[in-house]
Amino acid sequence: MTQYEGKINLLLAQFHPKKGDYDHNVRRVGDIFEQIASEKLDVDVITMPEAGLTGYFLEGGVRESARRQGQVFKDLQAEYLKRCGSNAPLLDITFGYYEEYNGVFYNAALYLTLGAEDKTENGWKPGIVHNHRKFFLPTYGVFDEERFVSRGRKVAAFDTRFGKAGVLICEDVWHSITSTILALQGAQIIYVGNASPARTFAGDEPSNLTRWRELVKSVSDEHNLYMVLTNLVGFEGGKGFIGGSVITNPFGEVVLNGPVADECLLQAQIDLADIVVARAENPLLADLQNSLPDLVAELNAIERH
Amino acid sequence: MVLKISGETKIFNLIKQDKPNAEQIASQLLKINPALVRDWLVAFLQDEIIRRRNFKKAIVGLSGGVDSALVTYLCAAALGPENVLAVRMPYRTSSHESLDHAQLVVDALGVQCETIEISKAVDGYLETFEPNADGRRRGNVMARMRMIIIFDQSAKHDALPVGTGNKSERLFGYYTWHADDSPPINPIGDLYKSQVWELARSMGVPSVIVDKPASADLIQGQTDESDFGISYSKADRILALLLRGYSRERIMGMGVPEAEVDLVKRKVDSTHWKRHLPTTAMLSSTSINDYYLRPVDY
Repeated sequence: MTQYEGKINLLLAQFHPKKGDYDHNVRRVGDIFEQIASEKLDVDVITMPEAGLTGYFLEGGVRESARRQGQVFKDLQAEYLKRCGSNAPLLDITFGYYEEYNGVFYNAALYLTLGAEDKTENGWKPGIVHNHRKFFLPTYGVFDEERFVSRGRKVAAFDTRFGKAGVLICEDVWHSITSTILALQGAQIIYVGNASPARTFAGDEPSNLTRWRELVKSVSDEHNLYMVLTNLVGFEGGKGFIGGSVITNPFGEVVLNGPVADECLLQAQIDLADIVVARAENPLLADLQNSLPDLVAELNAIERH
Repeated sequence: MVLKISGETKIFNLIKQDKPNAEQIASQLLKINPALVRDWLVAFLQDEIIRRRNFKKAIVGLSGGVDSALVTYLCAAALGPENVLAVRMPYRTSSHESLDHAQLVVDALGVQCETIEISKAVDGYLETFEPNADGRRRGNVMARMRMIIIFDQSAKHDALPVGTGNKSERLFGYYTWHADDSPPINPIGDLYKSQVWELARSMGVPSVIVDKPASADLIQGQTDESDFGISYSKADRILALLLRGYSRERIMGMGVPEAEVDLVKRKVDSTHWKRHLPTTAMLSSTSINDYYLRPVDY
């Protein structure tokens, strides 16, 4: 398979899900499908936030709101074909949801290709492309994830119709090693779904939004790849999610800044060819690849205390 | 320039600089951008009242103090003044000034207003059965009577009760349990009193309301700060540091008198129960809020 190095038309859905109502939220994703078709929007990939299909703070409600990945694919595929016709073109979408697998629950994100069953494009057809289970589960302060969901154990880049991608969820990105692994595996773009409740209102925007923007900028800057951060919005029990979705390019520049707190769709076109330009100027990833055996040896040498 | 290890170098000066005092650190912790906070709280009220609970209107007990004045301003901004019902509920010993100050808010915003005197209802119980009840008990009866009225008026007008307790008084437990704290939503409960003052000033709450000494107005001449034995501005600094994780010793090391730190800490530590639902005896592995955990908006 040849590496895709062209443009990607993104549609970031800065989404406010109805709490604990999976069916309602799937229908609202259907509204987005319908809007794309009716307004003839050029969209290759829709991105949605962490827990986009259910809302974030579910506590024990995870049990009722979690779905199997196959079921989620089936539901969104059915919704897509219902809204856009049985001949609908291929469309990629990535979003966060709560996953149940063999009685174990995960905070997960799917990357799907949707479309008419008989559609193929360069060998791609509708199906589940990748499922990522959140690796780092915040369990402190307002967060209580590890009590209700289990930790994922894999960080893996994967091929899509639009280049090699990685998916991370929220705290996964706070540890630079996860995006480093994805970059080393060849990811050209990392989709990050996020649910970050706003706190500290001393500056021009909630301070955690500023930190998030800096965080994804630094990842793009270091590894010369695209970061696409899609943030949840809306209030859940008094906690308001920040919005302010961000795209940073391989030069480490912010190329899209979503509005704070408002539910909205954000269109952006990115060009994976810029990765080559950025890396020609700044071959940090190649340096990292060269030094990797020594670094791995050092990592393995860290003693357990 | 070559930096020397010893002597008057930049490094040396950095090490020697004065330790920041409690006031400096706390003022950073208490800093807010009032415009940003206002917008956030307006969005919170719209989301909680309209989107989630399907109400159009809010009802606020308007005392004439800064907390309920600020909440009325926020509700008016969120819902439009025509959708805000302010209820004044004076007792016969309440100060006239309180009523007048509440009226200033009503006039400034153009919100709906009802005045419902609680004297007969309160005295119907106290004077008939408990004429010797002390001030604390009388104050609690008044606060609870006001909540009976707020919730009944809520049902009558199809308006959601909005709470007015600030973070300082919530941390001090300075309110009547299941009375002042009973409205289902509260926009200012995570703002310390000094932050309430700042936001109120920026939103145009009349200065006569913001600048007067805070009082529960349950007993004539009573003020919050004389009840506490410490001013709000001092207490807020200590609270902000304690909640941020600074130890008692470290706060004292920043120049805060031991007696003040202990006074504040004692009030917080003795009132955790007040910030929770009633304690229920657990008998099963499906005990509500112990095992059966569902968020408030699920």
